[in-house]
Parts: sequence; structure tokens; C-alpha cells
Amino acid sequence: MAGDQANRLTSGGLIDRSTALSFRFDGKAFLGFKGDTLASALVANGVKLVGRSFKYHRPRGILTAGSEEPNALVELRSGARREANTKATTAELYEGLEAASQNRWPSLNFDVMSVNQLFAPIFVAGFYYKTFMWPAKFWEAIYEPAIRRAAGLGRASGVSDPDHYDKAWAHCDVVIAGSGPAGLAAALAAGRSGARVILCEEDFVLGGRLLADGGTIDGLPAAEWIARAVAELTAMPDVRLMTRTTLFGVYDGGTYGAIERVNDHLPVPPEHQVRQRLWRIVAKRCVVAAGAIERPIVFAGNDTPGVMMASAMRSYISRYAATPARRIALFTNNEDGWRTAETAIAAGLQVAAVIDARPHVSPAHRSLASKGGFPVLHGAVSSVDGGKNGVRKISVSLTGGARAEVEADGLAVSGGWNPAVGLTSYHRGRPKWRDDIAAFVPDGAPPGMVAAGAANGAFGLGACLREGFEAGAAAARDAGRSGNIGSMPVADDEAFSISPLWHIAGKGKAFVDQQHDVTASDVELAQREGFQSVEHLKRYTTLGMATDQGKTSNVAGLAIMAAVTGKSIPETGTTIYRPPYVPVAIGAFAGHHRDENFHATRLTPSHHWAAEQGAVFVDTGLWKRAQWYPRAGEKDWLESVTREVKAVRNGVGFCDVSTLGKIDVHGADAGAFLDRVYINAFSSLAVGKARYGLMLREDGIVYDDGTTSRLAEDHYFLTTTTAKAGLVMQHLEFCRQVLFPELDVQLTSVSDQWAQFSIAGPKTRDLLKEIVDPAEDLSNEGFPFMGAREVKLRGDLKARLFRISFSGEMAFEISLPARYGEAMARNLMVAGKPFGVTPYGTEALGVMRIEKGHVAGPELNGTTTAGDLGLGKMMSTRKDFIGRVMAGREALTAPNRQVVVGIKPTDKGRHLRSGAHVIPKGETPGPDNDQGYVTSVCFSPVLDQWIGLGLVERGRERIGEIVLAHDPLRGEDYDVELCNPVFYDPDGGRQRG
Amino acid sequence: MRITCPFCGERELGEFTYLGDAKPQRPAADAGEDAVYDYVYLRDNIAGVMSEHWYHGGGCRAWLKVTRNTLTHEISAVEAAAGAGAAKVGA
Repeated sequence: MAGDQANRLTSGGLIDRSTALSFRFDGKAFLGFKGDTLASALVANGVKLVGRSFKYHRPRGILTAGSEEPNALVELRSGARREANTKATTAELYEGLEAASQNRWPSLNFDVMSVNQLFAPIFVAGFYYKTFMWPAKFWEAIYEPAIRRAAGLGRASGVSDPDHYDKAWAHCDVVIAGSGPAGLAAALAAGRSGARVILCEEDFVLGGRLLADGGTIDGLPAAEWIARAVAELTAMPDVRLMTRTTLFGVYDGGTYGAIERVNDHLPVPPEHQVRQRLWRIVAKRCVVAAGAIERPIVFAGNDTPGVMMASAMRSYISRYAATPARRIALFTNNEDGWRTAETAIAAGLQVAAVIDARPHVSPAHRSLASKGGFPVLHGAVSSVDGGKNGVRKISVSLTGGARAEVEADGLAVSGGWNPAVGLTSYHRGRPKWRDDIAAFVPDGAPPGMVAAGAANGAFGLGACLREGFEAGAAAARDAGRSGNIGSMPVADDEAFSISPLWHIAGKGKAFVDQQHDVTASDVELAQREGFQSVEHLKRYTTLGMATDQGKTSNVAGLAIMAAVTGKSIPETGTTIYRPPYVPVAIGAFAGHHRDENFHATRLTPSHHWAAEQGAVFVDTGLWKRAQWYPRAGEKDWLESVTREVKAVRNGVGFCDVSTLGKIDVHGADAGAFLDRVYINAFSSLAVGKARYGLMLREDGIVYDDGTTSRLAEDHYFLTTTTAKAGLVMQHLEFCRQVLFPELDVQLTSVSDQWAQFSIAGPKTRDLLKEIVDPAEDLSNEGFPFMGAREVKLRGDLKARLFRISFSGEMAFEISLPARYGEAMARNLMVAGKPFGVTPYGTEALGVMRIEKGHVAGPELNGTTTAGDLGLGKMMSTRKDFIGRVMAGREALTAPNRQVVVGIKPTDKGRHLRSGAHVIPKGETPGPDNDQGYVTSVCFSPVLDQWIGLGLVERGRERIGEIVLAHDPLRGEDYDVELCNPVFYDPDGGRQRG
Repeated sequence: MRITCPFCGERELGEFTYLGDAKPQRPAADAGEDAVYDYVYLRDNIAGVMSEHWYHGGGCRAWLKVTRNTLTHEISAVEAAAGAGAAKVGA
């Protein structure tokens, strides 16, 4: 191990040797180059041991060079930006990078938990289910914490993520996943035809396998062809090439998910830039050119650091000029694996031996072997000797039964290639088995999608270009683009032959899923215990359930299951594929919708004025409403609220009620329409009058309430509760458009267009006279209770005035265009000064409505009928309306229903609490004797005690009865009296005065 | 999923709200309790092509009748509710 890049080749590779980057791994300083991944820089520095395994704490190295990596997971960065389970194979190196290995203590080199290996016989599949069953209470207290300490991967930072994440939409004709030969050819064909193209490449460089494996295309070296293709594509205005972007999912209607790692390659995102961006791409067609993943062969010791996928070894040597080993052995069952021997020889490395499971080797490879001076052994690797410092010796079972040993410090393995069938299978597609390449390939795809190249099982370079080009051309054509696609890029096809080999039985642990420590014997055990279906196998052994989702392990696992059950691989089948293809941070899905931006915030027209007054705000749905206006010297909210109530009851106050939903109802049939949606009649309402209305759901339960005014013969102004504003609009549109299309009526939401203030108290008229034109008659005769009409204000502005009262006092509501709302609040303060005008908030509003026995949200709770609320008499018998028939059902009209009643403690000093249950005197509290509960409470300044409303069985017949308020949550029991819910001014004289 | 609103064009799922089966018809005022009970509570749980009510609340506020395959989410037809859109002058 050294910090001097001792394993860096002196030339070659797609790295920028002029830009050296320093980084730390487990505290130790190293150097790498721009263009490295963390993994390639570790390889260049001779670091073989990069982590400890999940369950057995076995030493692990780097297995792959891509996003399929199961082993080389690190904690990247530190502090709040610490990110667990980051793949070293995809993490781009940057200056100052800090990474730490995971799941080891006290250090990677000396990990005490590696004793777990000694107990390995008991850590088999289903171990947790079998062992920690009893006693049940031990699970949470003892077993789970202990297991979580011992097993697991990286640690979360535990603090809020300081970075920003973005979400964006994109629309195009053709989206392409992958920029290997198939992807670039697809982009060329589609782009030339004039299609709008988005190409997503998860790597930070375009080219895919060409970057490591090279080749000749159109007579050019691969690197030169890539450069030309990229230049051509870049010059096309409608082609967008997105690197560091993984297309991870496909959704209905041609919508695709992609995650762009915008600034993961920098220590900290530049100011005002996001860390990652989640894309939703809407595309008419999709070409999946995501390539294939080389698969391991399962043998004893196959997880020893230094055992690496053959293609990954080529990537490190060719692309990064970093040598994972000095003396390399190659174990392959297919033609493609031999490329690693070619690459190693070309780079001047020593090849110890090629172990080929096939009976025959091509003459070309024979001559390579003799030129390189290494033996070709026909047979299979039976075990690997080595440890945390890497591979030492490889044992080989030769065909025919003899054994051989090979000394090497690295073993490249190729078990064949699995096309990346994820995207094509996400709509419950099942890939089909192809014997000739011993792999699953897509069998159809979601609508609009097609696989091309290696992702479709076409492994030759020529075939990749051809399939990609044709798929790109067809996709563009289907999207209506018909430009000249030019000539197809051409290359030779390599021969591909494979003899399937999955598992070599032998002594020692042979890993199928390295990230979850699932061995071949775990798969066999699952079979013996009856978990034979692949879905059961997966869940019983946890095979393929780690962060890599089994990209290198699933097919081997099911092949071993097929072998032990005596079924074929296609009979055994695959598990269901589900997105995302790579892990996507929750932060990216949230985007900017976090903290105060989690949802939109709505401000009332007078908000800024209220904030100046020092109002305390409360969240009401999306709204911020003034809850009360504290004044200097007031010791708590109750003192402020009590003052506000008294000011209204004795003088005048005002409150911004603009949050109510407001709907203009226009049309010749507006009255008839309202008759059908309200339980009471509105067609009979006189122009210039307001009326309280109640709506039911079709099942007979109360939906919403509010006042509606008739401003003209064919124009009503309807209000809803704040909470239900949007839903009532939706409901009324349903009634209008679907249920009663024959009515001539139109609805317009005007909630945001009107500022509305309630002005209440005996001095309301005095104040209003300062606001409205002196010519307007506000007397009881000129503007009676429940009057509603337009008035002229002093100056030239017009407003609507409604003589309605929620507080029970003489009151008006004034409504004017929202842009005048703030000015109106200021004006009321100035004009009202002589009368001691007091702004009041939602708390005082609530106190006064409870004192008046008005029902609100806690009583309109989705279980109550009009009768329960004491409003049964409003139900018209002369018309049909929504909910009429169902409201008449026996249970909804039963005499023993819980109905609204007033409640006050017999001890005047007692604090009544909402939620307390009502129990008859002398009965034992419990569900059998529960007769209802307290719904709303307040301290009533008028009565100088706590009062409330409740829903109580037969409550209206029991006025005067003393019952028990039972509050088990707070451990309180006290006597309360059931009373008239209208505590204040029961005959309503004040509001009519 | 994307729905092609007859008024607004193709729009993303997030703009719409699902209600449910569009088959049941609200009974006449004198149809009786059983008919209304059926209308309010009884629904077919269709695995296949279904006619559904969707509300374009994030757009034109039209109620739509969408023909959708509940197994594949394929949408084969979208039509506006009878009373959607502006009243026809003189109609």
C-alpha cells in the first residue's frame, strides 16, 4: 500500500495527469488524477481492502467499475454532508475528497466483528426469523439494537442536509438511456432526423464500454469516433446530452424519471446551485441502450479482495491506467472474458493463467497465450486463498478431475453478461431467457420503449451500432420526424460463445450476493426449507435486497436455485423488477418542497399590516391567519384574547375573514342550482338578502356551511368554510357539470379576488359611517339584519356589505377587491380610533362563536347530520337536494344520536378540556358508558368561566343534567352541566339591534 | 400518467383529481332509498377498462369522463362531462 500511485501505468487512460488531486481514505492521504473515480484512484494507489461485509465483516475489495458495485461502498464527505453507502466506483474524484470505509470497528484492518465469521454456521438464511422469536418483547429492547450495531452499512449524518435539490420537467421526442455505441448511434439517427432528443448517461464521460474496450468504428479508433459523434450531436440544437444523469424509472404515459448528479463531483455545490436535480422527462419514444452487466461466477473465496470482474479490470487498466494486480489470472466461461488477457498483455502486465470453462479456445487466443507465456487451463476455479491483503493463490479443478494451482495477486472473472433489463421490465415485464447467450433479454417493454444493443442481448460492437441506429431512426419516425438519417456507423462483430457456469461447489464460503452476504449454501438451504419460488428465495435470504438490488447477484442466485430444484432457469424465472434503477436520494424527490417551502403559503390581504401590529399567526391549511394581537404587558394569549372579545362585545372590533372560500354563482338557474346543493331554499331568497346555508354529502352527512347572498336575480355570492374552499368548489362543479348539466349556471372561484373583514360590536355603525358614503342608509330599516348589497365608500370605491354576524353582536362584513385589503385594515384603525376599535384574531373569533353556540369544524366533523347540529329544521321537504334521501335513513335520524349541546363545569374555576368524554353520573367510565365528548372549548369572558360545546347522546333532552367529564389522557374527572349551546344573548337581540 | 383534457390538451396526472366510477347515475328524486343507496355505496371493482370521473382542478376545472384500463393505466378516451365548459349562448 502506498500513497504514490505505484499502480498507475506510465501512459494511457482517460485521466488528466496534469491535474493531480489529493484525497483521504480512512484518514490516509493519497493522490489521484482528474478523471479518476474514487475506486480507480484507490486501485492506482494499491488499496485493495475497502470495506467490511454486511453480516460476516469479511474483508472486501472493489468488484466492479460501475453502478452495479456491491462491495466498495464508503461514507463520502463529512459532517452534515456525510453520505452513506456511496459507491466508490461511481464517485468522481475531486480535490480534498474525504471517504471512510463502513461497517468496521475499530478499524478496517482490524475489525473485531470479523469473529462473526467463526459463528458463520448460525448466521444462515432466515437466521433472524429462527433465532430471535422469543420472547417477543426482547425484539425491540435487545435483539434489534444489537443486530443493528453488528450488521449494517454506512451511517447517516444525522443532521439536516445543507444542500438544495431541484425538480424539473423536460419534454422530447426520444429519450435515450446510455451513451455506449448503441446509445450514441441511436442519438445520431434520431438527431439527424430532426427529433428532439435527450440522452442520459450516468457516467461523467460519454462512450460507455467503448471507453474501456475500444474498437474500430467507421475505420476510426473508438475514441476518435466518440469525439466525432459527440461533436455532431452537440451541434444539433434539439439534442441534449446529459452526463451524470441516470434514467432510473419509467412511468405511465411515456414519463421517465432521471436523476442528474449536478454537483456531486465537487466538494460543495457552487453558491446558488443545486446538488442534484430530479427530472421528469416526457418522451414519445425511449431507446434503452443501458448496456449489460458482467456477472460473477460463484466459488469459494470469490469475495477476496483482488477478485474482480474481468470487464472492470479492463476499465481500470485502459480507462484509468491503474492496475488492480501485477500478476493476473483470468477465469472465464465465455469469449469476451479473454479481452482482459489481451488488455493486460498490451499494458505490459503479467498474465498468470487463463482458466476457461469451455472445452475449446480459439486459435487466436491460443497464440495470445503462447505470446504472453501463460497457460490455458480448461476447468474452473474451485477456491481462492487470500485475505485482507488480497489474492495469493488460486486452486483450479481441471476438466477431467485433476487439480492445479495458480499464483496470482488478482483474479479477473467473467461469467457472461446480463443485459440491463430493469427499465424494460418496470411495468411488470418478465424478461425471456436466451440459451445462445445464457442470459435474460427484454421480452417487450412499456409502451413507446425499445431496447437496443447489449441491453437487448446484442453483444457485438457492429450489432450494437446497428440496433442503436435502427432504434433511434424508428423512434424518431414514430415521433413524426422524417429528416435524412445519413449513414449508419459500421464495425465488425466479435464472436461470442459461452458455456453457462454459475457455481463451483467446494469448501469455504461462496458468495452470491456480496452486499448482503448471501452464500450459495444459503440458497440451497432456502430450497430445503421450502422457499423455492424466486420471490420467497429473495425475501428469505435477502438476496438482491441490498442497495445494489442484486445487479451482480440475482441471476446467479436463481440459476443456483434452478440447479438444486432440477428446473430450468426460465422455469425458475426472475423476481419482479422495480424502479429506481439506482438509489435516489429522498431529498431529490422532495426538491425545494422542504421546511417552510414544504407547501405554498397563502397570506391574507391584511397580513403585512397584521405583522406590523405584532400579531401571532396560526397555520390554517395553507393560510397564515392572525390568531391574536398581543399588547405590551399582557402575560399570555388568554389575556390578549379576553381583551379582544370584551372590546368587540362592548365597543367595536374587526377581523380579516378573507380566507373563507368565495364563489360567484351566475345564471338564470342559479337559484335552482343552489336549492339542489343546499338543504334549505335559495331560489326564494330576495335580492339584497343573505342566508345561512348547509350542504350535505350524498350520504346525508353534513359537508359544509356558510352564508350565501343574492346580489341580483341571476347572481349569488356563496361562501364556504376556509378548510373546505377548494373541495366545495370541486363538489359544486361536479353537481353543475355532471349531475345537473341542464341548469343554466356558471361558477367562478373568487376567493382570492375579495378581501373581507368582519366588523362587529355595538359601535359598528359608528365606525362604518366613517368608511361608507354618508348617503348610504345603515339603519335597521335601511340595512336590516341579513341584508346584503353593494355600497359606495367615501372616496369613489365600491364595496359589498353583508349584515351577518358570527360573533352574535351587531355586525357587518365588508368585502372589497383584495388589493384594497391592507388599506382597509389601516383605514379601519384610523377611522375607528375614536371608538376604541380593536383588531381581533381567530382565537377571539372562536370564543365568540362558542359563546353563541355556532357550530364549526370540530362539530362539522364528517360524522354529524343536520339534526345532530340542531339544524334539522332547515331541511326543506319541498325539494330534492344532495343528501336528502340518505339523511332520512333510520340510523341517521335515531333519537339516541349524539347531538350538539352546551357544556360547562359545575366548578366555575375548572378548566374544561376538549376531548373529554361524557359519562352519566354514577357510571364507571369506559366505552360501554361513553355518551359523547367535548368538541370545542373556550374561556368565556362574558360568563367568566370555561365553557364548551359537545356531541352528547340525546343532549338536547338533557339540558340541566350533571354528567361526568372523563379525560383519561390528562387523568382528569370532573362534573359538568349540559346546557343550551347558546350561552350568550340566546334570543339574538344584539345582532339584530 | 397523462390525461388529454379536451379543453387544455395533454396534461400531467398531478393536475387531476380522481373521483371514481362514472357509470352510476344519480337516481330521480322519487326513486326511493334503495336506488339512492345503490348509487351512493355500491361500486364495481373493475380489473380492466373502466369509465371514470376525473376533475381537472389544476387546469380548467372541467369534470372529465376518462376511459382507463385499470390494469395497464392505458387511457383510450377522454370526454368532457355534459355540463363542462361555458354555457352555450342561445342553446
